[in-house]
This record gives sequence, C-alpha cells and structure tokens, in this order.
Amino acid sequence: MSLDKATVKNIANLARLEVREDELDHLAGELSNILQFVEQLAEVNTDGVAPMTSVAHMELPRRRDEVTDGNYPERVLANAPERIDGFFVVPKVVE
Amino acid sequence: MSYVIEGETGDWELVIGLEVHAQVISKSKLFSGAATDFGAEPNTQVSLVDAAMPGMLPVINEYCIEQGVRTGLGLKAKINLTSVFARKNYFYADLPQGYQISQYEYPIVGEGEVILDMPDGSTRTVGIERLHLEQDAGKSLHDQHPSKSFIDLNRSGVALMEIVSKPDMRSPEEAAAYITKLRSILRYLGSCDGNMAEGSMRCDVNVSVRKAGEPYRTRAEIKNVNSIRFVHQAIEYEARRQVDLYEEGGQVVQETRLFDANKGETRSMRSKEHAHDYRYFPDPDLLPLNLTQDYVDAIKATLPELPDEKKERFIRDYHLSAYDAGLLVADQATADFFESVAKGRDPKMACNWVMGDFSAAMNRLGRTIDNPPVSAANLGGLIDLIADDTISGRLAKEVFELMVETGKAPAVIVDEKGLRQVTDTGAIEASIDAVLAANGDKVEQYRSGKDKLFGFFVGQVMKATGGKANPALVNEILKKKLG
Amino acid sequence: MSELTKLTMAEAREGLKAKRFTAVELTKAHLAAVGAARGLNAFVTETPDLALERAKLSDAKLAKGEAGPLEGLPIGMKDLFCTEGVRSTACSRILENFVPTYESTVSGKLKDAGAVVLGKTALDEFAMGSSNETSAFGPVTNPWKRKSDPSVKLVPGGSSGGSAAAVSARLVMGATGTDTGGSIRQPASFCGLVGLKPTYGRCSRWGIVAFASSLDQAGPMTRTVRDAAIMLGSMVGYDPKDSTSANVAVPNFEAALTGDIRGMKVGIPKEYRPDGLSAEISKLWADGIGMLKDAGATPVEISLPHTKYALPTYYIVAPAECSSNLARYDGVRYGKRVEGKTLDEMYAKSRAAGFGKEVRRRILIGTYVLSAGYYDAYYIKAQKVRRLIADDFAKAFETVDVILTPTAPSAAFGQGETDDNPITMWLNDIFTIPTSLAGLPGLSVPTGLSADGLPLGLQLIGRPFDEETVLKVAEVMERAAGFTAVPAGI
Ligand SMILES: [Mg+2]
Ligand SMILES: [Zn+2]
Repeated sequence: MSLDKATVKNIANLARLEVREDELDHLAGELSNILQFVEQLAEVNTDGVAPMTSVAHMELPRRRDEVTDGNYPERVLANAPERIDGFFVVPKVVE
Repeated sequence: MSYVIEGETGDWELVIGLEVHAQVISKSKLFSGAATDFGAEPNTQVSLVDAAMPGMLPVINEYCIEQGVRTGLGLKAKINLTSVFARKNYFYADLPQGYQISQYEYPIVGEGEVILDMPDGSTRTVGIERLHLEQDAGKSLHDQHPSKSFIDLNRSGVALMEIVSKPDMRSPEEAAAYITKLRSILRYLGSCDGNMAEGSMRCDVNVSVRKAGEPYRTRAEIKNVNSIRFVHQAIEYEARRQVDLYEEGGQVVQETRLFDANKGETRSMRSKEHAHDYRYFPDPDLLPLNLTQDYVDAIKATLPELPDEKKERFIRDYHLSAYDAGLLVADQATADFFESVAKGRDPKMACNWVMGDFSAAMNRLGRTIDNPPVSAANLGGLIDLIADDTISGRLAKEVFELMVETGKAPAVIVDEKGLRQVTDTGAIEASIDAVLAANGDKVEQYRSGKDKLFGFFVGQVMKATGGKANPALVNEILKKKLG
Repeated sequence: MSELTKLTMAEAREGLKAKRFTAVELTKAHLAAVGAARGLNAFVTETPDLALERAKLSDAKLAKGEAGPLEGLPIGMKDLFCTEGVRSTACSRILENFVPTYESTVSGKLKDAGAVVLGKTALDEFAMGSSNETSAFGPVTNPWKRKSDPSVKLVPGGSSGGSAAAVSARLVMGATGTDTGGSIRQPASFCGLVGLKPTYGRCSRWGIVAFASSLDQAGPMTRTVRDAAIMLGSMVGYDPKDSTSANVAVPNFEAALTGDIRGMKVGIPKEYRPDGLSAEISKLWADGIGMLKDAGATPVEISLPHTKYALPTYYIVAPAECSSNLARYDGVRYGKRVEGKTLDEMYAKSRAAGFGKEVRRRILIGTYVLSAGYYDAYYIKAQKVRRLIADDFAKAFETVDVILTPTAPSAAFGQGETDDNPITMWLNDIFTIPTSLAGLPGLSVPTGLSADGLPLGLQLIGRPFDEETVLKVAEVMERAAGFTAVPAGI
C-alpha cells in the first residue's frame, strides 16, 4: 500500500497530530515503506486461524461492586495544565 | 394505527430506531472502584483509572455484568456466553482515555424484544438488536466561562447499557411507548433507575422516512434527546424536515443532529462533521468475558415478574381489561399497591379506585406511590364498606377525601360522621311516604307517564336521609309505592 | 571507583548482613558513581535525598533483623514506571513535568522489599526504540568502548538503555527494565548484562506507562543471573489491579539456580540463522550450545517456521495498541499543553510538540492499520499470524525445555550510525520479538565479546511461567562463559 498525502493528512487528523504541509511527502514515503514491509504477512496462510487478542491464558478477573477508590480530587487535578474551581479547563467547545 | 405524513408527492411513513443509554445501577464504576452517585462535587468521584492517568488499567465490576445479563433476560434476549470489550477511539475533552471501552463485534446481549402498550390498549412488538456494556464519558460544561469549557469526570467510567432497537417503530407515539416500556422493564429489574432528567437514561433517535413499501432510506441520528416529550417533538420535526427535503428534490444526508429543545428543532452538529473512524479493536487490557449457562440461569431464577407477565396475570386472575392491566403494571409499586387493595375484594372496583380517585389525589398532592395519600389497607377498607353496603359509592367519595385529609381509617370516619347507610326498610318507607305526600302534584304527573320524575323522587329521599339511605332499597320501595 | 560499587546484589546482601558496611555507605558510594558518570546521561531524574532517607531506613531495618530481600540495595528505576512524588517522563516532552500521585505496583514492590532507588533511568521515548536515541532528553552512552576506536560513543541499546548503562557502569546494582519487543534483552546484550523479560502476566503492568498493552512486561537488569533471580522475586506477583496479571504461585527463583541441567533438551531454532547473520554471532551461538552440551544438556534442532513474520506482525500490533494507549496524552488532565483556538487545535499542537518522531510515526502507522477498511487486512491478519507464532513455540516446547538463540544480531553500534530507515533499527529486535509476541519468558546472558571488545549475549526462552528453568540454564552458561569483562574504567 502506498499512501498519498491526503491519506497521511487524514490519519494525522484522526490521531490529532499536527503535521506541517511540507512534512507530508516525506511521511507518506516513510509510512508507505513500513506498510510495504508489514504487507509480507499477506503470504502467510491464516485460513481458519482465530486472531489472538491476548497471550494470557486466564479468565477475565472481576471485582466486587464496592466503592474502593476516588474521593481525592487533588490527586486527580494535581498535574492539570489548567483548572478552575475543581474542573479541568479546555478551550470552549462549540457544539 | 398508522401514522403518515401527507406530502405533496404522497404519504410518507416514518422509520424510527432508538439507541438508549441506560446507566447501570451499581455502587462503583464499570472498571474502577470510584462511586457513581449523582450530584457530587466536580472530580471527586474520580479514580486515577477514570482520569486515565498513565499506566492505569481497567478491572471489571462483576455486578455490572450481572445487571447487563439481568436486563438482557428481561428483554427476552439472547445472552452471549462470550463477549469482548473493545476500544472505541476518538478524542473528546471529557473522554480521558481517548477511547471508550465498549463492546462492538461481540456484545454481551443479542436479539430480544419489547412489547409496546399503546394508549388504545393494543400492543406492538419492537425488536432489540443488542445490548452492550460500556463506559460513560465525563461531563463538559460549556456555560461556565466565556471562552472555556469545564470538564468534570465524575461520570467518567460509570457503567452504561447501550440498548439498540431495530428500526421497528413507525410513529412518535410508538417511540414514546417504547421508551416508557423499556424504562418500566429496567425499573422492574432494578438495573437502571430510568431517570431521564438526571441523565441516567438518554436516547439517540434514528429517523428516516420512506414511501410505503420502499426499502429504508438514509437516516439521521438525533443525539441525546432527554425526555419522552422531546423524543416526540424531535421525531415529528425531523420527519417533516426530511419529507420537505425530499419533496424539494433534495437528499437526506447521514449525519448526527442535535435537538434544540427551545426551538423544537433538530440541527446538524458541526463539531461532529468530519467523518468518524472509531478504529475499534479488542481492548488488550481486558480478556474476553466468558459466562457460564449456570451463571445466566441463576440470574434468570431471580428475575422478578416483569410488566408483560404481570399484565397477563392481572387480565387472567383479576379479569381486568388489557388497558387497565397495562396502566396498573407500568409501575411496579403501583401494581403492588393495587394487588394489596384488590386482595379478597372486587378487582375491577379496586382498579377503578386506584386509577381513579386515588391517582387523582396523588397527583393533586404531588405524592408518590411510596408515600401514598391513603394506605392500601385503608383504601381496601373503604371498598369493603361499599361492598357490604355500609356506605354508598357516592358517599364513599366523600369518605375518601376525608381519609386523605385526616389519614383516618374509613370506618372511623363513617362512624364519626354518622355516615352509615340506612338499610332499615321501615325508616326508608317513612321517608318515602313523607316525600310523596309533600309532592302530590309530581306523583300525579309521574303516574300519567312522566317517567323522568323518578329520579326527582330518589333525590328527594336521599336528601331527606342525608344521603345515607341505601340507593337500591330506595329504588325498590319507590317503584312499589308509585306502582 | 569504590569497591562497594563492584559488588553484586548477592554479595552486598551478605555484606550488609555481616555489617561490613551500611546501606548508607553503599548508597553513598553509588550516588558518587552516579555523580561521576553524568556524561552517560543514564538518569533522567536523580533522587539522592530520597535514596539516602531510604538507606537510613534500611540500616534501621537491618539492625532490627527486619530486612527485606533487597534491603539497602541501590537500584535504578526505568522512567516508564510511575513513581509517587517523583517526576515520571517516559522520556517524552509530553510528560516532561508529570509528577504521579501514585506508585506503580512493581516499583512499589521493590521499595517494599527494601531497594534504594537512586533515580529514574532514561529510555527511548515511550519505550519505542532500540538505541535510546529517541529519548526527548538526549541519547544515553554505553559505558563500553570499541577497542578499535574508544572515542566513538556507542548506544546502550533500548528502550531500557538508561537502566542498562547504569547497571553496566556500576552506578546501581540492578535496574528495572520493560520489554515490549526486546527492550530489556537487547540493551542487556549491548551492555554485558543479564536481562530478563518474564512471562506476560508475571509482573503487574499497573502504573507503568503503557506502550503496547498485550506485550509490555517489566523485568530485572542485573550483572549476574543470581541477581536477576533475586530482583525478579521482588517484582512479580498477582495484582488485582491488572486484569492480565497472572494469579500464579511465586517460586523462589534463587533456589532454581542448582547448576544442574543434565538431561535437559535445548531447542536450537533453525530459522534464527538468517542469511547475513554475522560470523561473530554464529560463533557465539555455537559456543553457547557447546557450553550446554558440556553441562549435560542435549541440543535439539527445532523449527519455528513463522519466525520471519514476527517483525512485521509486531510492527502492526504494537503501533496499533500504542496509537490507542497514547491517545490519553491530550494536554487536558496532565502533560504538555500547547494552546490552540479550538480543542482539536490544542490536541493536535500539544501532541505534535509533545511526541518525538518515532512515536509520531508509530501512532500514525497504528492509526492507519486500525482504520476503517484496513483493520482486517492489517490488524486482524497480524493477530492471526501472532497465533501461528505462539503455536510454533508451544509445539517446540512439547519436545524441548528451553530454547537458545542469539539476543541481537550485532554488538552495540555507534550513536547516529544507523541510517534513516526505521526498519533498519527495528531489525535489532529480530530475535527477541517472537518471544514477546508469544508472551514467553526470555533472558539475555552475556557469554562473549565481539572482536572489537564489546559484549554479546545469548537469549534463553522458556515455557510460560517457567522463569526458573531459564534462570537455571542461564546461570550454567554464565559460569561456563566466565564472562568477567567490564567496561573501560571499571
Ligand atoms: Mg451508539
Ligand atoms: Zn454508546
């Protein structure tokens, strides 16, 4: 798969990564190379193989429904770039 | 009943599907031990997991799984013994992880159904596509500051059930009936409190229109319509908008729209304009969720009698009409109240009283069934007094109001006020004789064919006895005397 | 160089017990070494005050006979572990000023065991790299030098390069690493150390900045196998806060070091002998096989047929998970924020400014392979091949007890020596990645030197949760190899 600039731009937007216009060509080339490299997987016969999501051979552990955490807003907000009155603050979102 | 929009090019049919997000009743969140209570100070009910601090990991709440299964069973749905949690990736200020842990390809609950009770007493079945468990996002407040949005993560990570219907509804009324019924079922099950005002039940409405017999056309999704009335309004507006668009030669685009409750209209959500690509993939921090049939069966064994079964039983055992039974079972506490009133009494009478004077008093006083204006025992006592002819039905209404006012038992009121019905034929006869004697002219007119005067005589006798004379006896004796 | 810094953990443990020196003395000696070796750039953040405070506590505990298994032993903590009250950066600008209000499970366990943490060691940004050159805080220098040209600064490998350099330069007795595709084993090989990536699920991932959740695993980096066993014992254990943490018994790893591997079958995978494998590495491997034979084990040729697909599989799975794991670095709740007019602009600017080139590249690849229309062709395909790779190992372990391979295709290379093609760098992990994909324990043990005087390691791979066998065999090899070389100046 060879990526064009528009695709790179679209991926960058999905990933919320600002990419300068003059970086797009280089990035497109680099990413295309990588994709070409990983595409060798196409030659592996995987008919009837179930995709592996985890190597852990265990059951999903479950917790009891108890309040055991939270109630420490200072710890939650300690590293906030901007905060007002116990809220995190971001540029206004218009819907 | 069929709902159509009459357009210039013919009649248009509505196609409606609903996605309901129901907040699971649990003490702690789906993947963290933080509390879920409504209305706490900002960012207090937040764990490091809910705030998506680096290196934080989810651990699932077993009770939320149980609630999902219970709800699935309540929706007569297929429970999937293996389901998978997947990440739905998108950026938003109140989505701390940058993804929502949800279920995508493999939800915990598959197809089921909800039976709607329509206002005319008829029923309709709406298919359930799926139910899956997922995390709620936090809350953005846009009105606190001129140039900033505020983020509160108290809600972040609270367990939700997303219940997706099939596009089986054809009118705003059906949509409303669907939400009402779904809410009733969830409340019976105790899996969601159904409080739309507090956001514990939220609706996304998918609307499209089509000409009869056509395949589905493009739908618009109206996000977060948060009352039944708004669902009604939003559907009507959106359907009309789509019909107008088609009839002007335009096309409906698949998009997310917002319902503006003030203007009563839907509009395109510009912030969500760019196409979403959620890049779902199984969450590598979690393993597949495996359930056993025994586990499911054990939950099934604890299910309460649900509205549809209760309704059937009310019809069968109490011989109530479908309409009455439907009204009574909509709310479990009301149904229970009715049953204690009806126990050993005439069910139709119990139903009339519960849905009639009792309901009216409750609404008037702003009371709830948990704090009723008259206890079930007292209401039953009142019905007993009517049944054994101690008081007449007409007097009973007065007694009822006194019961509401004083909280006293009906028998006490009847005694105190001397309202006991007169069934002594001698006394009634004497009273009738006096009335007839005093109204000789009317007696003549009656006898010469003016039948309508009979009511006048009854009224006079009741007045003379202070309303306490047994009406049946009065009728009987009057008829004989006027004969 | 103080004599105290030359001790192994096992030796220091005895010395402290015998009161030949105190924990404070041991810590001071190492802190002095740290101060003298700043040129290596092994530490991102030094915490000498906390270390001395902890050392004093250790002395008190030792005096009372309440010493933990690592009481008073100075270690380094990879800066991927969140440490309460101590800046934790992942060597990224985006977390440059992030001070966690919590302690990762593994770092907490090590502290509870009495370890004295001297500071946070450098790594490739978000653990993405094999040379430590992607760190936002500058490259780390390998203390080893080429005989042919000691002026060339060599990389320590990566991503746990700061830890490797610090242990190798005797700044700490051991250090934590994390390994996603080889990030413990390859730097261990480059720096002449023992590095162990345990079975996936052995160590809790809670509080470790996530790179690729299905692969990440913490482990020890030490100068001897015994030290690895000692340190591992205080890192592992079931953690109910990590849903992939294995609830398995914790053995006494040190007790596994019996030196007896007679009758053991050692798998030698033929696919690990690619064209172009250097003569030096081939010989190292052959020598290693010889050592095991001498000790009474039997080499058995095995086949792991999907080996060549491990690297492409990894470079789909790991970036996919990373693209999602790194979405939380958005400048809203913590970390770097670059203001923008809109929320989306703020995100895009913050993340572009906060992430380095390699991280951005992997996020973009990961985003692409998960995106609509490509998910099946890339991600699902890779997860299927991953299963085939894991099945290869499972099949091999039906006949062998442990597998021996080279750790890395070369000795440490010079800073800035690789070309611009990222795949060239990725090839460093060609022998370690299959193990990671299968979730198996893997250990690198130094067994020889390159012609240019640089350390080279061999990798031992074990069955799931059979770190004991891996350690046992490694110790036999360690003894047989008699690897006594030290970096210049030690
Ligand atoms: Mg939805
Ligand atoms: Zn949802």
